[in-house]
Amino acid sequence: MKAIHNLLEKVRPNFEKGGRFEKLYRTFEAFETFLFVAGNVTNRGSHIRDAMDMKRTMFHVVIAMTPVLLFGMWNVGFQHYKAIGMEVDLLDQFLFGLIKVLPIIVVSYASGLAVEFVFASIRNHEVNEGFLVSGLLIPLIIPVTTPLWMVALATVFAVIIGKEVFGGTGMNILNPALLARAFLFFAYPSYLVGDDVWIYTNLQEGQQLVDAFSGATPLAYLALGEVEKLPSVLEMFLGTIPGSIGETSTLAVLLGALVLIATGVGSLRIMLSVVAGGLFTGLLFNIFAVNPYMEIPAYYHLIMGGFAFGTVYMATDPVSASQTGTGKYIYGFLIGVITLLIRVVNPAYPEGMMLAILFMNVFAPLIDHYVVQANMKKRLKRMQTAEVKTT
Amino acid sequence: MSKVIKIKRGLDIPLLGDAEKILQTPPRATEFAVKPPDFHGLVPKMMIKEGTRVKAGSPLFFDKYNEDVVFTSPVSGTFTELVRGAKRRIMEIRIMPDPEDDYIDFGAESLSAMNREQVIQKLLKSGLWPMIRQRPYSVIANQNDTPRSIFVSAFKSAPLTPDMDFVVNGQEDDFQAGLDVLGMLTDGDVHLGIHADQTMSKAFTEAKGVRIHRFKGPHPAGNVGIQIYHVQPVNKGEIVWYADVQDVIIMGRLFRKGIYDARKIVALTGSEVMNPRYYRIITGAQINSFVANNVRSEEGVTPRFISGDVLSGEKIASNGYIGFYDDQITIIPEGDKPELLGWLIPTIDKFSVSRTFFSFLMPWMKYRHNTNIRSGVRPFVITGLYEKYLPMDIMPMQLIKSIMINDIDMMEKLGIYEVAPEDFALCEYVCPSKIEIQTILREGLDTMRKEFS
Repeated sequence: MKAIHNLLEKVRPNFEKGGRFEKLYRTFEAFETFLFVAGNVTNRGSHIRDAMDMKRTMFHVVIAMTPVLLFGMWNVGFQHYKAIGMEVDLLDQFLFGLIKVLPIIVVSYASGLAVEFVFASIRNHEVNEGFLVSGLLIPLIIPVTTPLWMVALATVFAVIIGKEVFGGTGMNILNPALLARAFLFFAYPSYLVGDDVWIYTNLQEGQQLVDAFSGATPLAYLALGEVEKLPSVLEMFLGTIPGSIGETSTLAVLLGALVLIATGVGSLRIMLSVVAGGLFTGLLFNIFAVNPYMEIPAYYHLIMGGFAFGTVYMATDPVSASQTGTGKYIYGFLIGVITLLIRVVNPAYPEGMMLAILFMNVFAPLIDHYVVQANMKKRLKRMQTAEVKTT
Repeated sequence: MSKVIKIKRGLDIPLLGDAEKILQTPPRATEFAVKPPDFHGLVPKMMIKEGTRVKAGSPLFFDKYNEDVVFTSPVSGTFTELVRGAKRRIMEIRIMPDPEDDYIDFGAESLSAMNREQVIQKLLKSGLWPMIRQRPYSVIANQNDTPRSIFVSAFKSAPLTPDMDFVVNGQEDDFQAGLDVLGMLTDGDVHLGIHADQTMSKAFTEAKGVRIHRFKGPHPAGNVGIQIYHVQPVNKGEIVWYADVQDVIIMGRLFRKGIYDARKIVALTGSEVMNPRYYRIITGAQINSFVANNVRSEEGVTPRFISGDVLSGEKIASNGYIGFYDDQITIIPEGDKPELLGWLIPTIDKFSVSRTFFSFLMPWMKYRHNTNIRSGVRPFVITGLYEKYLPMDIMPMQLIKSIMINDIDMMEKLGIYEVAPEDFALCEYVCPSKIEIQTILREGLDTMRKEFS
């Protein structure tokens, strides 16, 4: 420990004012504080501070994402070998996925962090930890076939337009990871929509797709009204279905949710209300069903597509979500409702989670506004009653 | 019995170094100081020059903007040194004490023969007036106001704070006399907040002329601001006064004996104290008279001396002076050592309200908490956390943000009149973004005060 610390101290002058790499000071500082919790002490206000900090918060979200990440990698391989009709063992399936997914993660982190470091230098503030989470979220919500240059472009777009123009982590209105996906979704729809994008099917010599292969997701079948083609509930719950890298397995998402809830990092309030909103709307559809899609059991919606993933990892982003207690219930519930509306009623998009969350991100400040106004009104009323009493 | 007001939200930070219930009288301190920065917002004007002899109760300086409010010497001796800080701000008025105290006689009169104006004049002249503070703004009360009511909290809940039952023991009559004085100052009630289970002293449970409210729950249940809120919140335009138990006792002595007898009992606490216990000293005393030889020395550990509690106290030097309003000295280790991957490694020696450390599995543990901040300042990210540590229907994050953007209308509507920095201390403690919430809140209060003065 001493040795690393001494090394850092030795190179430090190069990064300080007047040093050769003065402009990279914030980058240096980011690495330094990553390695060491600095010996900075309180000098105003409370003399002691809780051991929790932003790095640890974000790190626990990353921990919570590992189940979906690992499962997602395996599923990439599993779907690939299933499509070409090859029987290989679990490890090979996982390794195939690892090889395909790892570059996406590397590109996402590298391009996003590069932007973060540049902005930290320009604005002269410490590098924020928020991107530790966004950088891993982005690969998990796109198809494995997304070209790497697109990943980089979307990430840069999301960090600059989604976050930095507003002032960085904590100031953004939209969830940056979802914004990256929305960017790809609208800029390069052919790479994000359809039946061919979810499974890696670039064939090597001697390989061919099995007969009757289809890479369609459950939601795609439903959009066409082909209810009979849906995978079994178990398959959808476990996640052995086509979809974005990390979104398919409800089981893995639940494991992550467990971590977030146990550590208190993720908002249980939002998660529950999204699920409530989804189930409520699903049941409404059941009651007024006029087509097969509306007849499917409401809980199907929770295990299809990105519902579970979005509920646990996306809707709970504290910055872009509603920030008041009551607001969180409304915010979450409406995400659930809108997601199902888009899925079932809107003919253009098979999946609604992304758009629903982004839509509610925009509305979260409005919800908060009314919750805050209610608090103010209560106070005003109390004052008026006090006045009446004294006069 | 009145009903118990249960405070549900809050936190008792488990720290090592609670004072044992042993009361000692240390040798008389070799130096005393009155520190104008103890009184927030005060601009002091000196009344005497260095070298002047003073008695206990002799005026030293007054408030530039309220000249009747004078500040007096707690001991008799010689005014030796005026210590100035940045921009020539007066930091300390140092007094070399005589071996024995010589008091100015303010006259012991029966309270029943006095009217409100005479009581106020006596408090002002003796320099005891600053013991009465007000909400809103948490500053010295203005003698020209008539408060809606007056509050005294008979228990403290911040970490390692002294046990008021122990402190009031043997001074019950002075305390009651002080309450009677407060009773003269308001047309409304004097409210006394006691702990539903822990307050045993009859001085509190059977206090006369006051309305007793019983509280229960974690810190900040003992904060007078929280008690005011739960009994009768401060509305815009209303003024509520409050005083500490020991200050009420000193006021009682003034009216019973006619002198400014500034003795008080302080708790010496914290993980770095070898024998944490109680000491009877005079306010403003240099702390080494009772702290020296009682501080743990360990290689590489610098102790931090705090006048007050760890959440809202003032950092002082090892030979500093106890503050005017403080009845506690806390000594904890500085956290000035870098820690390899400290944010990542799950250690068991750290306390956190988040369940990402193991402290939540070990509720019996007490911690040797140091002063490390653990991170640079970040914008607000985590939501819904601050509310858990502020037992008031106030939106802490929204209020702090309204102060940051200096929106006076918003601050007012969000309830800034009801709060003081100490009430937000726990929010600052738990903040993972390490935002200086108490400092920001104080700025907001200053803005409001300026706006309406």
